[in-house]
Amino acid sequence: MADPMRIRANMTGDKVEVKVLMAHEMETGLRKDAKGNLVPPHFIRNVTVTHGGKTVLSAQWGTSISKNPFMHFRFKGGKPGEKVTISWIDNKGDKRTDEATIAGGS
Amino acid sequence: MRIDRLPAMMLAALLPCFVAAQQDTQKEIERYRQLLQDGNPSELFEARGAEHWKAKRGPKNTSLEQCDLGLGAGVVKGAYVRLPRYFADSDKVEDLESRLVTCMVALQGLTPEEAKRRPYSGPGQPSMMADLVAWIASESRGMKIAPPQSHPKERLAYQTGEKIFFYRAGTHDFACATCHGEDNKRIRLQDLPNLTNAGDAQRAFGSWPAYRVSQGEVRSMQWRLYDCFRQQRFPEMQFTSDASVALTMFLAKRAEGGTFDAPAIKR
Repeated sequence: MADPMRIRANMTGDKVEVKVLMAHEMETGLRKDAKGNLVPPHFIRNVTVTHGGKTVLSAQWGTSISKNPFMHFRFKGGKPGEKVTISWIDNKGDKRTDEATIAGGS
Repeated sequence: MRIDRLPAMMLAALLPCFVAAQQDTQKEIERYRQLLQDGNPSELFEARGAEHWKAKRGPKNTSLEQCDLGLGAGVVKGAYVRLPRYFADSDKVEDLESRLVTCMVALQGLTPEEAKRRPYSGPGQPSMMADLVAWIASESRGMKIAPPQSHPKERLAYQTGEKIFFYRAGTHDFACATCHGEDNKRIRLQDLPNLTNAGDAQRAFGSWPAYRVSQGEVRSMQWRLYDCFRQQRFPEMQFTSDASVALTMFLAKRAEGGTFDAPAIKR
């Protein structure tokens, strides 16, 4: 199973600022291994962020996203102590869901 | 569905175009590094390393939690900035990696070969050693680099390291000092630190281990030296060899007093 994400969620003014690091190879399918064989594509296809039962971000990704992706965004309507849930699913069907609690922040 | 400021910032390995003068280029590279530092994937490696430290492994089915990195059994905080150092139990000067090998052999019952099996990670092949190094180094962030020099073997390691640093050899008649012994040298756009100068040495030593964006891996000081030797067309540097530890001691001592700020992020 994939390694856990690292999620930081902090209040900045009236918005929640979320920073996520995901551990993923993000193989494009164009790279060759040491023997010259193509490495099959393996990348995150969908990322979904929910808060209080509502989707606050939904993204479709492809092979142009780097290895070990970093995602940074803000959304309105969150409060300290509430949870943000992030999930991704890749082209092989592997998935991962992690949760973070919104911190007070500045 | 309410969406506020959708994909704000997704960082791929994008380098802006540099058309300005050298100085502006340097500033832009600094700014780029700072942008990246906020989302340094090294954290993913550090998280795994912290788990490996506690995980039971080997024939003795024990964790590394009783490993003495120089500040007492199990003390990780601040250990990296006081390495390499002399260890009485192995009667050797050891850097972090060679100390971890010693601990894996003594505590977990692995053979040295097993402990050194995969020193560096590759695509789809994480390295336990690299993860451990990333985590242990991160526990010294913000501290002053202070390798000990009280034991004669520690001083000997420094002197040997200095010799290696200035020793010219190989097909290209290179020494470490050829690239790292003068100010304002560079390879293409990469500025090369002058490691004989304290400020440069502090910044250089204080930023390894580092996440290499171009490789998507965390690389250690052992790897840095291995790759410098490769680039010089020297014989392959053996992982945790006495030569590598001596050179690390020389560099650490040159960087003494600097603030340790790693794992960093590099191109």
